[in-house]
Amino acid sequence: MIEKADQIFVLLSHWLVSFLPSALQPAAAVLLSVVAIIVTFPALFAISVLLERKGLGRMQNRYGPNRVGPYGIFQPVADGVKALIKEDIVPFRADAVVHFLAPVFLVVVVFMGYAVLPMGRNMTLVNMDAGLLFFFAIGASTELSVFMAGWSSRNKYSLLGAMRAVAQMISYEVPLLMSSVAVVMITGSLSLGKIVDAQNQYTYGFPHWYVFTPWGFAGFVLFAIAATAETNRSPFDLPEGESELVAGYFTEYSGFKFALFFLGEYVGMMGISGLAATLFLGGWSAPFSWLGWVPSWFWFFAKVMLAMCIFIWVRGTLPRLRQDQLMNFAWKFVLPLTLLNLIVAGLWRFMGEGWLRWLVCSAILLLAYTLMGRGGMRGDHIGPRSYRYAE
Amino acid sequence: MLGEGILKGLGETARNFVGSYVSAERLTTVQYPEERAPEIEATRDFPFLVYDGTDGEAGLRCVACQICEKECPPKCIYIVKSTDKKPDAFGKPQIYPTRFDIDISVCMSCQICVEVCPFEAIKMDTEFELSTTDRFGGLLYDRKELSKSNEYYHKIHPTEAAEVDARLAEEKVKADAKAKAAAAAAAAKAAAVPAQAPAHITPKPPVTAVEGDKQG
Repeated sequence: MIEKADQIFVLLSHWLVSFLPSALQPAAAVLLSVVAIIVTFPALFAISVLLERKGLGRMQNRYGPNRVGPYGIFQPVADGVKALIKEDIVPFRADAVVHFLAPVFLVVVVFMGYAVLPMGRNMTLVNMDAGLLFFFAIGASTELSVFMAGWSSRNKYSLLGAMRAVAQMISYEVPLLMSSVAVVMITGSLSLGKIVDAQNQYTYGFPHWYVFTPWGFAGFVLFAIAATAETNRSPFDLPEGESELVAGYFTEYSGFKFALFFLGEYVGMMGISGLAATLFLGGWSAPFSWLGWVPSWFWFFAKVMLAMCIFIWVRGTLPRLRQDQLMNFAWKFVLPLTLLNLIVAGLWRFMGEGWLRWLVCSAILLLAYTLMGRGGMRGDHIGPRSYRYAE
Repeated sequence: MLGEGILKGLGETARNFVGSYVSAERLTTVQYPEERAPEIEATRDFPFLVYDGTDGEAGLRCVACQICEKECPPKCIYIVKSTDKKPDAFGKPQIYPTRFDIDISVCMSCQICVEVCPFEAIKMDTEFELSTTDRFGGLLYDRKELSKSNEYYHKIHPTEAAEVDARLAEEKVKADAKAKAAAAAAAAKAAAVPAQAPAHITPKPPVTAVEGDKQG
């Protein structure tokens, strides 16, 4: 029974495919999984948009949307209908082909990342040996789409937004990769399935998730920071900073193309949350061994939605960074710490079992964090401001 | 330590998030069409014309002196003066505006018309649900749409209306007294005229009469 609930989607897929001739079965199984992914994640996107609007409202002591349906739960439907019936305007001097391709490309690329994510036991679309590499290769292509959008719009705001986006995404791509390299070093595999298996063990009922080790915790935090920047989320939402750049690279998009950008952004966030969960939070494994009867796919989606809630929480809290702060933070703080974390992960691997490696690794990371935090803040002189005006 | 402020901020938003569900005073939103915020007495948006009594046509305090039309900075008032006189709410014959239009799409709610009106005839309204599908005709208010009773004025601006009423009553008492004195003087003069017909008499009594007239 428990086994059936765990494998319900796998069994369902097998059952549906069994109606077809055996020559078609492998292709049909893949197609079915693709359709399932393309249906599930936009549905989660709708839920997270509602969560975001309601949650942000509550954080600012207001109700949030509450007019469409009971408690406003049909707001995403209304938003979708609005996006569909709005006029699609392409600027007169825009590069129409690229302008059209940019949102399509973004959505395609963002969905491709899901191909390698293990969403449950036996629930990986393509169990690639270099799944992690594939995910990063695909994830980096979103930058191209962003730049296509900004460049083809022939609008200075769009272009500025795209320039910022590219600078930011390239800067944060490095720490994002570096922080996950530690996981690869410990696991010894680039396969996401193997990474989950390595974490799916329990001691005294507690899981062996990487986030519960010093290097894993540091890696997780650094990964989360870099992922927030990669997905252009607040406080790193400079590329679309609405107070400065109208809407950044998608200023000139309206109607359904805009909705596609929106969808791409959220689905991308969920993808990278899924990757974070896979790398550091044990993927589809249960948080306690006695919770093993809950289906594995539930844990994966619960972790993804939890990560989305944290994204929303952070967005409701932090103001936007300045461009130079953003760059300084990436190159002078996050990157050195990820490099140090690689060394710490190596130490952890070769110091063997015991309490000593806990002490040494934690001490190194804490010391580095404190010292670098002090050093980074030393330059800030917070005092009365002086203003100079152009004459 | 680095990151302390971020944690503090996250705590603050979490407190807001939970607090908005448990404490009503955090959630200050007034859900407008169903609920309404209490009206603020000092609020104002566009002018209206006050009338005394019950008949909005006859009771207008406005005597078409056109001061407001001249003083209006964006020139949104248009007045046509009548050629005849009609009795006002107190039965006194007065010149009246045959047309009194205010274009509220032009009006900037400066209240200057109210400041300059010597007859307390134009006041500021608080009605704000003025949306219309016709942005030209629908926002050009004529005399009929602008006329509102003194009771309405009392309802929206109680303090101010009470002051205005007291002032008007005081002036009325003064004017009545003056008119009475003038009438008495005129009567006395009329009685005296036959006796001193040839001599030219000081022109003082008529002047008083004129002053009394103006204030009334």
